[in-house]
Amino acid sequence: MRLAVLFSGGKDSVYSGYLAKKFGHDLICLISIFSENKESYMFHTPSIEKVKTQAEVMDLPLIIQKTKGKKEEELEDLEKAIKLAIKKYKIKGIVTGAIQSVYQSSRIQKICNKLEIEVFNPLWQINEREYLNDLLKNKFKIILTGVFAYPFNKDWLGKEINKEFVKEIKKLNEKYKISIIGEGGEFETFVLDCPLFKKELKIKSFKDFKEGENSFRREIELK
Amino acid sequence: MILLISTCKEKLHELEFVKPIEKILKENNKKFFTKHYSKLNWKGDLAKVNKIIICGTSLKDNEFLRHIQLFTWLTQTQKLVLGICAGMQIISLVYELDRQVKELDIKKNLNHVIKKKTEIGFYKENFKKEFLGLKGEHEVYHLHNNYIILPKDFEKFTISKIPQAIKHKTQNIFGVLFHPEVRNKKIIENFIKL
Repeated sequence: MRLAVLFSGGKDSVYSGYLAKKFGHDLICLISIFSENKESYMFHTPSIEKVKTQAEVMDLPLIIQKTKGKKEEELEDLEKAIKLAIKKYKIKGIVTGAIQSVYQSSRIQKICNKLEIEVFNPLWQINEREYLNDLLKNKFKIILTGVFAYPFNKDWLGKEINKEFVKEIKKLNEKYKISIIGEGGEFETFVLDCPLFKKELKIKSFKDFKEGENSFRREIELK
Repeated sequence: MILLISTCKEKLHELEFVKPIEKILKENNKKFFTKHYSKLNWKGDLAKVNKIIICGTSLKDNEFLRHIQLFTWLTQTQKLVLGICAGMQIISLVYELDRQVKELDIKKNLNHVIKKKTEIGFYKENFKKEFLGLKGEHEVYHLHNNYIILPKDFEKFTISKIPQAIKHKTQNIFGVLFHPEVRNKKIIENFIKL
């Protein structure tokens, strides 16, 4: 089936696209929604340039839709982007990285149901430990680009999700109930390499921002 | 041993509609195996199990309706069965069509019993009697475009107009139109404990 990936550049949307391809579907394009509201109910707020670079190494066209990020207005913007993907690329379905969020998932389901296309949520209700292991097993190179919960600090920015990270995050899960995959919004990720990429992305420079007591974000620039 | 029946046309959808149920069975240390309905060896597979869960599928996937005759064994089985969403629709269809049309071509009669009703997201449902551990008002997760009229031999457990949770009056055959693998996992846990 011709599919578009609802794409943020983080581990969940990239891995969902990977699974769709692994199951024999054709990835036709990526759709990224850029919200001006950093507290967006629906979308993470990646930087446009980074996602453009990921689309390039995936050899896929990218539909960019900007939104003010107001609660229901952003749904109209998402619908616009999906309509464009249907018209321009003849997609028959959307792949999302939704895991637990019924709020996010049900809104996408409603839009796609109205537009008469399929929705695939291949990570839905996934076992978090198995998921982390699968990312490592399938050679995903992922870094943390934001942390937003106690007891995270600036030192976590840029950390790669590897065996060491898995050990550390499991300890935080036991002590502080932090989701080991950041499903509660505890951290954000960016994928530097995976089987869908023609080449690994390298970081040229970065700048860190403090956004709150335990809240830090890293803006990266790619080579 | 529990048999999980996939109703998904697309294998990728099994990650969304079957795997979460497998996860619950694993967490409860239950032995199970999963098969798509089109690949079942009815006599062999049914003989191995004492419980069957028929899983749901995506909003746009109604392929199972074209193969409803593959489920007519449900009206004869003594096994414990739980149908989820598409699974409940299958149970209701084969029982209702069995009653209505008997020897006629059941495919031609589907439209008489399938009704349109789209519900997506969390909804409150009120269980007038205990249903696999649920009683009173509960939030459930809906993802369906259709429902089936209440089959003659079944009882409806919710006060809603459309049947959301049903059970056969004399057999342990249950159906839920909502998705307990997303919210209200104890329905599945209580079913597998029966």
